[in-house]
Amino acid sequence: MKRLSILLLNLFASLPVWAADTISGPVKQRDLNIHAIVMFFIFVAATLFITYWAAKRTRSAKDFYAAGGGITGFQNGLAIAGDYMSAASFLGISALVYGSGYDGLIYSIGFLVGWPLITFLVAERLRNLGKYTFADVASYRLQQGPVRSFAAVGTLVTVALYLIAQMVGAGKLIQLLFGMEYTSAVVLVGILMVLYVMFGGMLATTWVQIIKAALLLSGATFMAFMVLKLSGFSLETMFATAISVHPKGTAIMSPGGLVSNPIDAISLGIGLMFGTAGLPHILMRFFTVSDAKEARKSVFFATGFIGYFYILTFIIGFGAIMLVLNQPQYTDAKGLIGGANMAAIHLASAVGGDWFLGFISAVAFATILAVVSGLTLSGASAVSHDLYASVWRRGRTTEASEIRVSKIATIFLGIVAILLGIAFEKQNIAYMVGLAFSIAASANFPVLFLSMFWKGLTTRGAVLGGLIGLISAVALIVLGPTVWVDVLHNTEAIFAYKNPALFSMTLAFVCTWFFSVIDNSESADKERAAFLPQFIRSMTGVGAEGASSKH
Amino acid sequence: MTSPTIERIQNNPKFAALIQTKRVFSWTLSIIMLAIYCGFILIVGFKKELFATPLGPDTVITWGIPVGVGIILSAFVLTGIYVRRANTEFDQLTREVVEEAQQ
Repeated sequence: MKRLSILLLNLFASLPVWAADTISGPVKQRDLNIHAIVMFFIFVAATLFITYWAAKRTRSAKDFYAAGGGITGFQNGLAIAGDYMSAASFLGISALVYGSGYDGLIYSIGFLVGWPLITFLVAERLRNLGKYTFADVASYRLQQGPVRSFAAVGTLVTVALYLIAQMVGAGKLIQLLFGMEYTSAVVLVGILMVLYVMFGGMLATTWVQIIKAALLLSGATFMAFMVLKLSGFSLETMFATAISVHPKGTAIMSPGGLVSNPIDAISLGIGLMFGTAGLPHILMRFFTVSDAKEARKSVFFATGFIGYFYILTFIIGFGAIMLVLNQPQYTDAKGLIGGANMAAIHLASAVGGDWFLGFISAVAFATILAVVSGLTLSGASAVSHDLYASVWRRGRTTEASEIRVSKIATIFLGIVAILLGIAFEKQNIAYMVGLAFSIAASANFPVLFLSMFWKGLTTRGAVLGGLIGLISAVALIVLGPTVWVDVLHNTEAIFAYKNPALFSMTLAFVCTWFFSVIDNSESADKERAAFLPQFIRSMTGVGAEGASSKH
Repeated sequence: MTSPTIERIQNNPKFAALIQTKRVFSWTLSIIMLAIYCGFILIVGFKKELFATPLGPDTVITWGIPVGVGIILSAFVLTGIYVRRANTEFDQLTREVVEEAQQ
């Protein structure tokens, strides 16, 4: 007991803050899990059928990028929630609760509170100004070439980092859950995501995400219900049992060591909040609904689903303490069989047997597939819509050739994702999702936000400020504890905090302001004058993109 | 969009009143949400024993649990309040302003 407790303490003391969103560290391949594989093939068959259905309905560029604008607020809310409930946040946060109790809840709250802000401030403006990518909004009254190039770079960097983390996570998860080999798992994920995106566009990508979100929410609801049932529907019994078996005892009921440094915690919170509002694959979802009303509704439903999901993971984590901890069939001398992230998976087997275990494993895999498809689509759109059609061809191209470029970009991104997934198998990638969020918060978000809220923004300010945000976020992560110490094995970090967003985002805002204010060029005056019509469109929807089809 | 429409919207006092109300409403809600979250993190960082206190003498549930779950619910409720008002009152006013401008 004592040894286990020390072990757990060490494990979580060394856990980087971002570990809850990536599956890192070595894992052991399990024996072939037939139940999970059967469940997974049912999911793949269903999603490929949807892709076929969607492919027949995807003709115009608007269909391909934005599902024709015909997704309802409720459907889009599920899809946004799906983008956010990654496999790693399901397994990672329940594992965090299993290991430290209350700290898992602190983490979840940080992930959630950005959504209300997105609703209050940006959702309807985004919908009224945008068409296919967030660059449409950022470059609305600025020079297309430089601003779209910058936005495309911001998109591709964020997407690439996020994709690597997801691909490596997928490979490890499948090894762990299905008993499949790492390389073939990564190749399988790559091929499936290319099929969904290339043939089914945004319509298929959205429906894959909706189905997965519904499966994940039902699975998690069933687990939480069983945990409560086994505690006689008494939270008191559940918590008391957990305290009595957990090596940390009553400490699991209150904040522990996760937030030892408030500045780091606030910086993490800022990174999560504003990073969410700068993630290209999430921003794209605002263009799939018909108008501002549906856009607002989608964030409302998304906030509800995500909040509900985090309450479930909290119960699941405590359920795992109750039913998995100290049970010989799930643990060995080193802790949980299969590693720290397996708490929810073992609990699935404890409350629902082999078929339910197979179901949850298949859902975890489906989750990764759905998230990587969204990422790939947003990366491909940045290449085709921003770089090819707007920057290179200056708008003088046809829809057909733009879609063709998008499909080629999808295949290319798929190959790159597979290669990077294989290359990073043995690397420590715990910092990558954190870096993606930090870049989204420090490069994409300030430019997007100021383009909608500040009259004075000019092209020069946007591009220089955004680039400074991007570079400083990367530099501070590299010099900080997660890379400088944990990856590069230096003894002391040059930058003391794990989460740079507080500093890099502030710097980006200040620089964008400064370079805009000192911009006296003639084009800058025109850009400032163009703010008023843009503002009126963003507030009223006059002239905004409508829906072309209903599904 | 033609520029006379923009001008008419801009010169409509109803539009000015609408954006003023909307601005105050959305920033108030944003500040409430941020204050809740920052307050929570500051307590976790500096006075975490507050959250370690049990709710009563015969329970193991600490104050931290209802507060944490309450923050998740508050995010949902605040979003709901905003969406309800924006989708009815604000949208109605916006429609009126746009229709008046297009006449």
